Amino acid sequence: MTIDMEQFKTTYIEESHEGLEVMESKLLEMDAGETDEDAINSIFRAAHSIKGGGATFGFSDISNFTHVVETLLDEIRNGERVINQEAIDLFLTSVDVIREMLTAAQKGEAIDEARASDVKQQLEKMLGTQADDPATLVETQANPNNVGWDIHFIPFPEMLTRGNDVVRMFRELGELGAFDVQADLAKLPTLKDLNPEECHIGWKITLTGSVLRDQIDEIFAWVEGDCELIITPLADTKPTKQDAKRQSQAKQPPVKVTAAAERRVGAGAESSSIRVDIEKIDALINMVGELVITQSMLSQLGEDFDMGRCEKLLKGLGQLERNTRELQESVMRIRMIPISFAFNRFPRMIHDMCGKFGKKVVLKLSGESTELDKTVMEKIGDPLVHLVRNSLDHGIEMPEQRVAAGKPESGTVHLNAFHQGGNIVIEITDDGAGLDKDKIFAKAVEKGLVEASTVLSDDKIYDLLFQPGFSTAEQVTDISGRGVGMDVVKRNILALGGSVEVATELGCCTTFTIRLPLTLAILDGQLICVGDETYIIPLISIIESLQVDKKSVSAIAGKAELYKLREEYIPIIRFHHVFGVHTEKISLENGLLVVVEGNGYKAALLVDDLLGQQQVVIKSLETNFRKIDGVSGATILGDGTVALILDVAGLIRVAQSGKHQHPLNTIENDGVAA
Amino acid sequence: MEAAQQINTNSGNMGIGAEGDGDQLLTFILAGEEYGVDILRVQEIKGWDTATPIPNTPEHLRGVINLRGTIVPIIDLRLRFALESVPYGPTTVVIVLKVVGENTSRIMGIVVDGVSDVYNVSEDAMKPPPDFGSVIAIDFVKGLATVGDNMVIVLDIDHLLNSGDLVQADSVVGTN
Repeated sequence: MTIDMEQFKTTYIEESHEGLEVMESKLLEMDAGETDEDAINSIFRAAHSIKGGGATFGFSDISNFTHVVETLLDEIRNGERVINQEAIDLFLTSVDVIREMLTAAQKGEAIDEARASDVKQQLEKMLGTQADDPATLVETQANPNNVGWDIHFIPFPEMLTRGNDVVRMFRELGELGAFDVQADLAKLPTLKDLNPEECHIGWKITLTGSVLRDQIDEIFAWVEGDCELIITPLADTKPTKQDAKRQSQAKQPPVKVTAAAERRVGAGAESSSIRVDIEKIDALINMVGELVITQSMLSQLGEDFDMGRCEKLLKGLGQLERNTRELQESVMRIRMIPISFAFNRFPRMIHDMCGKFGKKVVLKLSGESTELDKTVMEKIGDPLVHLVRNSLDHGIEMPEQRVAAGKPESGTVHLNAFHQGGNIVIEITDDGAGLDKDKIFAKAVEKGLVEASTVLSDDKIYDLLFQPGFSTAEQVTDISGRGVGMDVVKRNILALGGSVEVATELGCCTTFTIRLPLTLAILDGQLICVGDETYIIPLISIIESLQVDKKSVSAIAGKAELYKLREEYIPIIRFHHVFGVHTEKISLENGLLVVVEGNGYKAALLVDDLLGQQQVVIKSLETNFRKIDGVSGATILGDGTVALILDVAGLIRVAQSGKHQHPLNTIENDGVAA
Repeated sequence: MEAAQQINTNSGNMGIGAEGDGDQLLTFILAGEEYGVDILRVQEIKGWDTATPIPNTPEHLRGVINLRGTIVPIIDLRLRFALESVPYGPTTVVIVLKVVGENTSRIMGIVVDGVSDVYNVSEDAMKPPPDFGSVIAIDFVKGLATVGDNMVIVLDIDHLLNSGDLVQADSVVGTN
């Protein structure tokens, strides 16, 4: 039983976090001036669920706090109060406080009570101001002439299955005042058809005494959505407008509840879960169905096989291959989630930061539905935050500067994501001041990162941004400028097998472009063969493959070999040297070179032969062994043998360090270096 | 030394099929000597199959194999103990072991000349290895057990297979 409770707690916390996100995004929408009833209702619903769940699971701090928020929201929802900037800011702060409380609850830590009570006081203060304003008083809130209420309470059949206890509710009602109940048995089926778990009785309750509407609402709060509820003051038998609304609302919720229940099953007990679009699951089921059909076809074929049926077999195998590939793709797609998960946090961040800096920034998002692997998403979140912060802090100028420069007062930060080949590309563009390369260079010299006499290309200068210990911010703020960050950003992105580039125009704009592989589990590889061994080079690292033209080979000091490819000299790495593989083909003449690029360096690998291209599943070497320089992992080939996947950047590093089994820089006497 | 083993055999009542609540050892032959490992650590025993060599690793690491979808490194124990290398024959086997490290457990295989037997050896029948000083490193030996007339060298596989080049990530081995 306790375990079950824990499970629901996890789900509650998860769903509450989602609720908070909804609240936040809607609040920010309102912040932009788009106030509409739907938004307020969504916010209210989210707060209500958080409050209710909090009480159920014993997080009384959360429910008490949220209650105040909810009360305030309720007034806004009922039109008793106009939402203003102050309220929005306060709500946003409240969202933060609730989030902190949830996180604390999740980790079992103590809640920061000082902050919570501070915000709560502010909320209460705002609530209190309302009382001074007589215009906002509504009859339902406190009706002095109230003699009682007439309550029609008709539960839906399944209400009792949700753990609601009618007797308890009536007892509570009884505590409020004198109270008379009439049961309506009209809907009661015959004993034969009766399902003992369903509720078929309706009640007509007359409650006399000076009772506040709120008190009644509170008792019925838990059954809202599971019943038809009409509450009318005794003096006036017509339902108020509000009740009608409540009634219409009550029609929808049962669907919502079942949906939530389904999600609960999906969420499971695991700490890390993923929500999958039902369409993807359906596609998967279809594909498995096809696979089963193909399999039965093939097994039927195998039962009495003769050579005459060979063609049919090949056709079947072709179909099997297609099925498998599609199945693989669909399974991989389950792990794919839209990048909006990562983008969603930025509207809030920008809102807060603008307030802090006095800058005006509009955030534009596009391509939010672009999908990428969950693991990649989790790891790209922080680098993205950093880059956006940077754009805001260093990129966008103060409003007056912008106006002086003839630009619109508010700056724009544009986040864009799209697929390109097997990659996802994320662009962060700001129309700020741009990067001043002279300033960057001067700073780098000052920090001792480069010699003042060095001549660097523009690209290399911008690359200095990603050096550890580099910061051009004149003032160190809590947001950026400490010089840790950009190097971490770059390192994280490289660790994911991606790259980051900067393009800028002084006084106009800066764009950071991040390229990432869509998934970390599968890679497009080029199979190469050296000696008896097969290796895989990630296709993304290969620039081109070519046959050696003797005239293009030259050597420096008879040692380091270079290949002239168009206007570029590329060092040749003899693969069998670096990896210590025995091979017959050691001659450059008519050899094959694969030109690869890793970490900004290019190299030409001498290999024996190019085999096919194929998608390979990456297996870790580190699980049972350790990291090997120049190897990023391994995979299992069609024949069951293991092939190593090369890490091009690492391989070049090994070759450069000379720390491998054979000295690299001795050229075999094969007549090329003449 | 010789005498001590003798006494031990007589009083310890050990050997094939001996009853007792001691550890079970799987023993194997390596260059004529009998070595033992805790049988609970043995995942499986399989015949030698070609392994994919790993570049820039010590010679005793024969490479990695595919064990039902897992990449498992294979260590030639003869080479690891600097014994003379012999061509692999029909009795050559790979013993796949679970190796427990500080906070990880890994699957690794060792190539040996052949498997021998399974013995029950009680805790107190195991003698600590004598100190040979600098002649041989004795760290990898958990103890010496006596079975019949033979001595079984019980290996500390966690120590043996978590050491040196098998775990350190930063070692690019120098020239040969």
